[in-house]
Amino acid sequence: MPDTEALTPRSLDSVRVRSVFLAMLKARQLETKLASLYKAGKIVGGVYLGKGQEAVSGALGAALDPNRDVFAPLIRDQAGRTAFGEPLIDCTRTYLGSVRGPMRGRDGNIHRGRPRERIIAMISHLGAEVSVVAGHLIASRLRGELEGRVGATCVGDGATSTGAFHEGINLAAVERLPLVILVANNQFAYSTPNTRQFACDRLMDRARGYGVEGHEVDGTDFLAAVEVVGGAVDRARAGHGPQMVVANLLRLTGHGEHDDARYIPDELRTGPLGRDCVAVAREQIVAAGYAAAAELDQWQADIEEEVQQAIAEAQRDPKPDPWKERWQALSDERGLFGGRSEAAEPTEPAESAP
Amino acid sequence: MSVNYVDAILAAQDTLLREDESVFLYGQDISRFGGAFKATKGLADAYPGRVLDSPISEDAMIGVAVGAALNGMRPIIEMQFADFSSIAFNQIVNQAATHFFRTGVEVPITVRLPSGGTPGSGPFHSQSMEAIYSHYPGLVVVAPATVSDAYHMLIQSVKLDDPVIYCEHKFLYRWLKASSINGDGLPLGAARITRPGKHATIVTYSAMVHEAVRAAEMMNEESGWDIEVVDLRTVKPLDMDTVLASVARTGRLLALGEAYPWGGVTAEVVARVAAEGFHLLDAPPRRLNSRDTPVPYYPDLWASHRPTPESIRVAMRELLSF
Repeated sequence: MPDTEALTPRSLDSVRVRSVFLAMLKARQLETKLASLYKAGKIVGGVYLGKGQEAVSGALGAALDPNRDVFAPLIRDQAGRTAFGEPLIDCTRTYLGSVRGPMRGRDGNIHRGRPRERIIAMISHLGAEVSVVAGHLIASRLRGELEGRVGATCVGDGATSTGAFHEGINLAAVERLPLVILVANNQFAYSTPNTRQFACDRLMDRARGYGVEGHEVDGTDFLAAVEVVGGAVDRARAGHGPQMVVANLLRLTGHGEHDDARYIPDELRTGPLGRDCVAVAREQIVAAGYAAAAELDQWQADIEEEVQQAIAEAQRDPKPDPWKERWQALSDERGLFGGRSEAAEPTEPAESAP
Repeated sequence: MSVNYVDAILAAQDTLLREDESVFLYGQDISRFGGAFKATKGLADAYPGRVLDSPISEDAMIGVAVGAALNGMRPIIEMQFADFSSIAFNQIVNQAATHFFRTGVEVPITVRLPSGGTPGSGPFHSQSMEAIYSHYPGLVVVAPATVSDAYHMLIQSVKLDDPVIYCEHKFLYRWLKASSINGDGLPLGAARITRPGKHATIVTYSAMVHEAVRAAEMMNEESGWDIEVVDLRTVKPLDMDTVLASVARTGRLLALGEAYPWGGVTAEVVARVAAEGFHLLDAPPRRLNSRDTPVPYYPDLWASHRPTPESIRVAMRELLSF
């Protein structure tokens, strides 16, 4: 069973590199604004950021094909969502509770998705989406449509301790599905350090036990992330079965914006894992000539405008009205009582993605 | 020529696989082996690639069903025993049940739960899980008591766009026989008056329908009481129209179930009748359930743990003497 060495070094596609970085910049800018809105009391519940994880998340989203692949992002995957094609306004509408968003105020923050467009809406229970993506792929296989398709999901180091993760990855391996599992090993699950989470030396060693190909990457190294994550997606697409990618990095923020993360030791923050992947990416992109510094500055300016618009529009949107809410958890009242109960009223449809 | 309850479940899955390409079966030992109770016998050969063995991973089995349903399929999941669905609890109540409300996208999955006690099956192969799942919004929970309902309600469950927990009673699998699977065309969600009567109503479901009818027949022979038996068929949502109409005729209610006594379907029925039909009652509504212990192994203990025609008659006499 090949591990990291299965990936052959290759020159990175410029379009890919630029698209990953663009998604990273958008995610960072959007999340910075979300944090401000939270601190200003404009967002209720919580705000959960992907700061420090944008490189691997964005690399995964950009390596997937939004027209055929299925993606189940987790809590820190704004960059991956954006790279996959989720519009920024889905994020702001969900955080702000707009009825025009995909969740219509019924669920919030990072619990959002567009299942019909193959973005799975995560639940909070960790590891639970691994088998859901596997089932999505099995359905494609049953219809003879699996060729060339990939499914991907993201978890953290903490999720690897759950039974759901184990059941899901084992099942995917048994079925030899084209499933990429990105493990963002950000050293802490909320406040719990890895020393209290697992006892193996390296999480990637588990890949061998599951019978899947494993890859390990420094998640702060942007170009390495683009290469390794993209390579894993390519391996899955080419029929090499499930791929487990462990990205070592540090969460550069609290679990949520309510959390000051004082439990993260200074030596970790100032060490190599504490590097900001967005800053690293900018340096690497300019140094390698994927883009000029001036062009990246222009991107940043354009993004600030785009993010501001996504927030302003979501703030103007109508909010849920308890008196107009259907309060119905079932879709198919017609199928019950032989249509004796009132026919289901259509709910206001969420706007579709552009 | 007779057909039994588990044959009807097999026949329904055969019909569904034949008529709908989006249907597939997933579960432990269900492929060539035909399932622990032979409810999928022969289907793997008849429908190659569409009857799949799963690892012993109940959580992931339901996750797979949800993912496949989101990708256009109508999976039927066989839990080997209802008891083991506790491992899949999270995927059922948090993933499948919440999905339509959260996203507006339906999750048409059917989870078959081989439920209820049989002699010798003990604490972990005997449980009745319908109340647990009924508690959660977003699930339809059915519990067929007859051979024709076992067939038709499974077909209706798979055709429904919502997740359905289909509780099939293991005691009925081979014990319950009928001359055919022809039914009376009742839809999901509608209760049935199994035995008309006028002095009191027993509202029940699943295998207890047969115990209730037996008790009613005995009471009729012994002392001329005419007991009405209502088979809920679907425990979520409840058909309160039929239940209240029966109580209006008889004035007396016993809610009967095999599940544990704390809360549950019988408590819900009594609470609703008390709230919505208090003026119809001539006596305090009663409940009869299993004892409040795990389901015991030894046959005599098991038989005394669940309601029996004898304990039902005791409860009914108290109800009728008020």
